[in-house]
Amino acid sequence: MSRAWLDLWVGLFVVAGIGALMFLALKVGSMNTVNKADSYQVIAHFDNIGGLKVRAPVKSAGVVVGRVTAINFDDKSYEAEVTISLDKRYAFPRDSSASILTSGLLGEQYIGLEAGGDSLKLANGDRVKLTQSAVVLENLIGQFLYSKAQEGAPQ
Amino acid sequence: MIAPLRVIARLGRYTLNGVSRTGFAARFFLAILLHSGTAFRRFGLTIREIYFAGVLSLIIILVSGLFVGMVLGLQGYETLETYGSEEVLGVLVALSLVRELGPVVAALLFASRAGSAITAEIGLMKATEQLSAMEMMAVDPVARVVAPRFWAGVISMPMLAALFSAMGIFGGYLVGVVMIGVDEGSFWSQMQAKVDFGEDILNGVIKSVVFGVAVTAIALFEGYDAPPTAEGVSGATTRTVVTSSLAILGLDFILTAFMFRGVS
Repeated sequence: MSRAWLDLWVGLFVVAGIGALMFLALKVGSMNTVNKADSYQVIAHFDNIGGLKVRAPVKSAGVVVGRVTAINFDDKSYEAEVTISLDKRYAFPRDSSASILTSGLLGEQYIGLEAGGDSLKLANGDRVKLTQSAVVLENLIGQFLYSKAQEGAPQ
Repeated sequence: MIAPLRVIARLGRYTLNGVSRTGFAARFFLAILLHSGTAFRRFGLTIREIYFAGVLSLIIILVSGLFVGMVLGLQGYETLETYGSEEVLGVLVALSLVRELGPVVAALLFASRAGSAITAEIGLMKATEQLSAMEMMAVDPVARVVAPRFWAGVISMPMLAALFSAMGIFGGYLVGVVMIGVDEGSFWSQMQAKVDFGEDILNGVIKSVVFGVAVTAIALFEGYDAPPTAEGVSGATTRTVVTSSLAILGLDFILTAFMFRGVS
């Protein structure tokens, strides 16, 4: 095989390889990791985070506006301390509320951010004060049984 | 010598052989790295080897990738359908290919398609004293023969793995969307939402580079170390395939443990 053909085949191979990588990068994956430079961090305390995990999405009106970057336990207040990284393009009022929701019945858990009415916006390092914990199925069933027992109790 | 002592002596001989072979392998690997200058200065040599190791492996890689992806699509659909979540089929196919199957299966195929060929070629070169002839002419066989093949393998492997993954995802798309009728929009959008470029795709590429180094280095070493007989070369070729397959699987476990720990 002549040198020219060899070069051509190897060139095609390299182009195909890079093409496959580009396909994977653009069509299959996305840059989900929020870049530190174009995001700001806020903190939210929850009584119970349920099954929330690091890298879970933060959605407002169903649109992904950020990611959970860290989950810690605060041993002063005995609450979960969730660090959220929000996209710099989106600003939220100071009194916005965060709640832990589940997509679908068995789906993953995410944080829903509900905008408030304050004119001041959340800034880096701020804390979201209004939070709602995850719904834990066992607690829900417990409450239901308890209220049923109350109803049926002899007066 | 009495029997038990003979057993112990044999154990000692195996240990010594093992240690000296490991030492030789390490020095050989170092020699490849030190003599890599020629492989880049005369890049034509490396291009020739990329043709033999990479381009000629394309057919088997692409066809296997397509079928692995198609099977993943079928089997994944069976299970996901039970839970009414067949729209995450794209995520299942893409993540399993990009993280694990792409690098690992492509490397296994590469080891048996190209690694065995490299061992046989170098083993025969040694048996027919071509390597000694080169040394006589003051041409360093490690720089002229071994290093270009090494770099060709290291360059080809990530490309083959990426092509395998891309082809597999296409196969999953064919079965899932075209054949079974999963919604096309959710197939791609769920995939994009869940597959991360840095976390999943880049780690897959890193894996395939590591496998490329391991497979090619093992193949070259086995060829270079082969006894210069027909039997020796055939034994070395077998050892290349077995050792590099085991090395791929072992390395994959270690790399996965490091890369995806704590990633949900």
